[in-house]
Amino acid sequence: MTNTWQDIKNANVIVVMGGNAAEAHPCGFKWVVEAKIENGAKLLVIDPRYTRTASVADVYAPIRPGTDIAFLNGLIRYLLEKDAIQHDYVRAYTNASLLVKEGFGFEDGLFSGYREEINGYDRSDWDYELDEQGFAKADDTWQHPRCVMRLLRNHVDRYTPETVSRICGTPQDKYLQICELFAGTAAPDKALTSLFALGWTQHSVGSQNIRAMAMVQLLLGNIGVAGGGMNALRGHSNIQGLTDVGLLSELMPGYLRLPTDAEPTFEDYMKTRQFKPLRPGQTSYWQNYRKFFVSFQKAIYGDAARADNDWSYDWLPKLDVPLYDIIRAFEMMANGQMNGYICQGFNPMQAFPDRGKTRRALGKLKFLVTMDPLDTETSRFWENFGPQNPSDPAAIQTEVFQLPTSCFAEENGSLVNSSRWLQWHWKAADPPGQARSDIWIMTGLCHRLREMYRKEGGAFPDPILNLTWNYTDPANPDPEELAKEMNGRALADLKDSNGAVTAHAGQLLEGFAQLRDDGTTASGCWIFSGCFTEKGNQMARRDATDPREQGLAPNWAWAWPANRRILYNRASADAAGKAWNPEKPIIQWNGSRWVGIDVPDYGPTTKPSDAVGPFIMNAEGVGRLFARDQMADGPFPEHYEPFESPSENVLHPKVRSNPAARVFADDRAAFGTAKEFPYVATTYRLTEHFHFWTKHALINAILQPEEFVEIGEVLARQKGIEQGGWVRVASKRGAIVCKAYVTKRIRPLEVNGKPTHVIGVPLHWGFTGQARKGYGANTLTPSVGDANSQTPEFKAFLVNVEKAHAPKE
Amino acid sequence: MTQPKGTLTRNTTAARINHWITGGCFILLLFSGLAMFHPMLFFLAELFGGGQWTRAIHPWIGTVLMLSYAGLIVQFWRDNLLNRDDINWMKAIDSVLANKEEGVPEVARFNAGQKFVFWSMAFLVPVMFITGLVIWDVYFSAYTTIEQQRIAVLIHSLAAIAAIIVWIIHVYAAIWVRGSMRAMTQGYVTPGWAWRHHRKWLRRLAATGSTGPRPRADRGPAPR
Amino acid sequence: MADLQSQNYIRRSASTLTPPSVRDHEQEVAKLIDVSRCIGCKACQAACMEWNNLRDEIGHFEGSYDNPADLSPSTWTLMRFAEWENDKGDLEWLIRKDGCMHCEDPGCLKACPAPGAIVQYANGIVDFISENCIGCGYCVKGCPFDIPRISQVDHKSYKCTLCSDRVAVGLEPACVKACPTGAIMFGTKADMKTWAEERVVDLKSRGFSNAGLYDPSGVGGTHVMYVLHHADKPSIYAGLPDNPRISILVDLWKGIVKPLALAGIAFTAVTAFFHWIVAGPNEVQPEDEANAQRLLRKTDDSR
Repeated sequence: MTNTWQDIKNANVIVVMGGNAAEAHPCGFKWVVEAKIENGAKLLVIDPRYTRTASVADVYAPIRPGTDIAFLNGLIRYLLEKDAIQHDYVRAYTNASLLVKEGFGFEDGLFSGYREEINGYDRSDWDYELDEQGFAKADDTWQHPRCVMRLLRNHVDRYTPETVSRICGTPQDKYLQICELFAGTAAPDKALTSLFALGWTQHSVGSQNIRAMAMVQLLLGNIGVAGGGMNALRGHSNIQGLTDVGLLSELMPGYLRLPTDAEPTFEDYMKTRQFKPLRPGQTSYWQNYRKFFVSFQKAIYGDAARADNDWSYDWLPKLDVPLYDIIRAFEMMANGQMNGYICQGFNPMQAFPDRGKTRRALGKLKFLVTMDPLDTETSRFWENFGPQNPSDPAAIQTEVFQLPTSCFAEENGSLVNSSRWLQWHWKAADPPGQARSDIWIMTGLCHRLREMYRKEGGAFPDPILNLTWNYTDPANPDPEELAKEMNGRALADLKDSNGAVTAHAGQLLEGFAQLRDDGTTASGCWIFSGCFTEKGNQMARRDATDPREQGLAPNWAWAWPANRRILYNRASADAAGKAWNPEKPIIQWNGSRWVGIDVPDYGPTTKPSDAVGPFIMNAEGVGRLFARDQMADGPFPEHYEPFESPSENVLHPKVRSNPAARVFADDRAAFGTAKEFPYVATTYRLTEHFHFWTKHALINAILQPEEFVEIGEVLARQKGIEQGGWVRVASKRGAIVCKAYVTKRIRPLEVNGKPTHVIGVPLHWGFTGQARKGYGANTLTPSVGDANSQTPEFKAFLVNVEKAHAPKE
Repeated sequence: MTQPKGTLTRNTTAARINHWITGGCFILLLFSGLAMFHPMLFFLAELFGGGQWTRAIHPWIGTVLMLSYAGLIVQFWRDNLLNRDDINWMKAIDSVLANKEEGVPEVARFNAGQKFVFWSMAFLVPVMFITGLVIWDVYFSAYTTIEQQRIAVLIHSLAAIAAIIVWIIHVYAAIWVRGSMRAMTQGYVTPGWAWRHHRKWLRRLAATGSTGPRPRADRGPAPR
Repeated sequence: MADLQSQNYIRRSASTLTPPSVRDHEQEVAKLIDVSRCIGCKACQAACMEWNNLRDEIGHFEGSYDNPADLSPSTWTLMRFAEWENDKGDLEWLIRKDGCMHCEDPGCLKACPAPGAIVQYANGIVDFISENCIGCGYCVKGCPFDIPRISQVDHKSYKCTLCSDRVAVGLEPACVKACPTGAIMFGTKADMKTWAEERVVDLKSRGFSNAGLYDPSGVGGTHVMYVLHHADKPSIYAGLPDNPRISILVDLWKGIVKPLALAGIAFTAVTAFFHWIVAGPNEVQPEDEANAQRLLRKTDDSR
């Protein structure tokens, strides 16, 4: 979230698209209700199904799964056509005026630079035209044919309301009603907030879905302001923390990127991370990249990381592919290229696409270690549970080690919520039985591995042998120690420019501004710096005082970065430093510094007259309507059909689906066609359950006991399917047999002249736990991911459905 | 039981057992039913071990009563068929109530009052049984709607009240008409009792040489 | 559930005495369920199960999100989901939290034959005192909302207590505490009605011209009230009664029939007694025996 949960109450319009906030985030949804009641806000819901969120919406519009970009590009067209944009904001705070290189273009569904052999783009032309000083050229009149605004107008021109309706199946009147409500928030004192979640990310165009809405928000002037923003509602209580500390194959903590093969030396690595300003006088946090990186290396390797060994850069792994995502990992497993798997806190049998492939792949492993508080399907993948898991144990040689772990309530620690708050929590009970904390288990593994390397040597022992391990109990580091390590400390006395000591050696740092690139500071995760200072554990703060009652509560827990609650908050004020919305200011210029209710996302004394852009994470200092080369699949979002789709791409039939998506051959062979599988399916969560965990809990099992799918009344009639009767839903990859919920909440959509039926597949049931046995939605889903993040396309695929009998036990 | 010489059998042993089972059930039902009917009488539930037991046992006793009364119907329905004598007897009800039975038209085994009791119960008992099943929550609540149960419970209580009133009449009559009690306890009456109250019955017994309770069928028509 | 201080009772089932009323100054409470804010998350159901220690069977999917499928001795509150198409052809998903309405004039209490098994506190809460319950099911017949359920295990009747045990110590009911959107509120009935008015104004401004408060007068008002977007059609909310009142049959049964019955019985008994006094026993006279002997002899002779 750029903003906070509580800040939603400041919105005038709330858009839930690509998510189902009421259903999946019922507690946070209170702020939506608050906005409706206290702020007269309108709630818009755009979703293939009439959801629980829709049940309290002012306007609901249906949309075919996987067509959000068409909807949003059409919306951009509408806003530009009606001139419903916040002009001063767009001119000053976005790259609308900047000129793009001559070589950039878009034709027949492809951006310039497409190379078929790599399924991707040469992105060198997707950038600004620079002047002699290396700054991006600009045309503030937006007349230049290559200024971003003109290029954007041209790009979205094809998305007329007719075309949008033809692609999305959204009735035009509803679509236009929604466009109008969006347009109303272009006023400087009106804000619209976008609440989204996995309904946008889990597509082969997932990242671009979010880009498209971010562009809408920039045009409306809704980024950085109270009640605005792009608010990703995270699907786990700590999934934000997971990405923050870099638990992704291509990342290190604090969104530092893991080096690649192309960066054999530290200087190669840093070359592309200099973040040279693209506008005169622009500053950027990323200019400090070297400080963050060196401090991280010091945290990991301590004294072994020295200037003369490039801060032990060589000990970092170098990626040979863009990322080792789960789809690639299971592809390798299935091909016998990966034969051991430590599965910590994950349940791939339930959570990953194409369960059949997942089961086959796990069966080829030599060993599988699961670490989980629950008896997961993954731990039991080898066991025959009847039709819901038809494994043949005799044919599986995988050795499975099931390590029970404690859960969050059984240990101290912090969770990072969607608002980027690090909230400390305290142990409530001892873990049951032999369950041990993940820290204890990982520590044990580390020590044993290290011992083996020490005794037996090995190909490359240095990264393991040189790890620092300075914990009070080396066998079981305390969560507070780990938190302090991430916060960072001074390794020598730190002095400011006047020579005054700001931190003594050994002291905890106040924040990332103190980080140095000379090896005198260590910080395990620079964005967390400030969470545990000499003043104590900032994450444990519980002061709910809320100045101006705008939902910031700056003394409640601690938010990264620097306890800043609203990102890009400089953009909440106009160029002169006055709040766009005087009713709900965040920070304003008082003549000498920026003051307000939040920590400025800006130089605290940078004068408005210096014209430093507010988006200081970007080298150009402004929000990007044109994404430069940052996206794998184009600087503008473009509508591509899901890989399994009932419709051709009406915009460019030759380029139907995302041309930059990576698809493995066996996965491509497992795609079905609309002929065999005529219905669109989408998967999702229900309020009663949390993923695959709560089916192990009795109360949740009582509240939603049994697997089902949701089928519209029209389709059910055609197929003779009865309310509550058994159905078989099949994709090219597998089939599930479960109950049918025949509902009015899914109506057939008119897509490209044809009625299109959508089937909803909730995902919670499996073959372990207290609820009734189920096949699991991911028996059906395809193994293809977003071109940027490789997040699987769980939200749009093809199935067939027919009446069935109860599965035989 | 030995019956003194010269007396007449008014009720067979089987009939008497049947009657007293019915009567016993009725009294138990009366107490348990009234306990659940009116708060003033809830104390009666203590006789059955409290409210839960009262609620649980009442329908079972009712079932026994239903079966038992069915037995009475089988045994007595013939002698309770209505006829012209009943009208004549009713016309003289004043004399009956005043204990002056000499001028009262003769009746056979049962007079109209007894027949009224019999047929009232023959109607009320099944009504209570059927409505009782409807409100027998433990076993049958799922088979009917709540509205049907409301109708049933109202009918059940109205029928019960009617039955209680009939029962009081019945009991009082047994006390009032001396010799009746023995007829249902020991089973016999004296010929004089029969002469006084059921002369036509006596005449038929005499005509067929029977000592009761029913005239012998093979002995020709009863004297007119 | 909890048998609170008896002085708090204002009504007590099957009791002939008027309960003490010196503590009658107590303000009436109410739970306000704002259906227009409810997202059907079932947190209230979970909280109810947690607080009251209830665990129903793990059921089946039966064609809607209603789970468990119905109220039961172990399910005292339940979200009922109704898909309804309005006159514009737009779908509305009406989600109503079902459970005891805590009527001002409780039909269950009226019907109950067991003294003190159902009580109403001065704050308006209608509570079942299990130890006094005899399991007859009369409350089921008395209730216009189809709420009480009789356990097949212990033969006691169960329903929402409005967390009388929590309310007694100044806490809100568990469902209120758990509701994430504030759709369930709790306070004095007067405050809840005022708040409901504000909500109705907001709903009307959003196009729900028939929005209103559900506080049905047929049962004297309720201590659980709904804000409905379509207060003109309560029954579209999964069968919420349009015009609930205690059935006329129950009224008769528990009203006029009771005194009439006792009077009728007493009258019959008294009449019989006075007949005895007046007429005395009807005894067989010696001449009856003589006449009988004569008859018997005559017929013997004639044979």
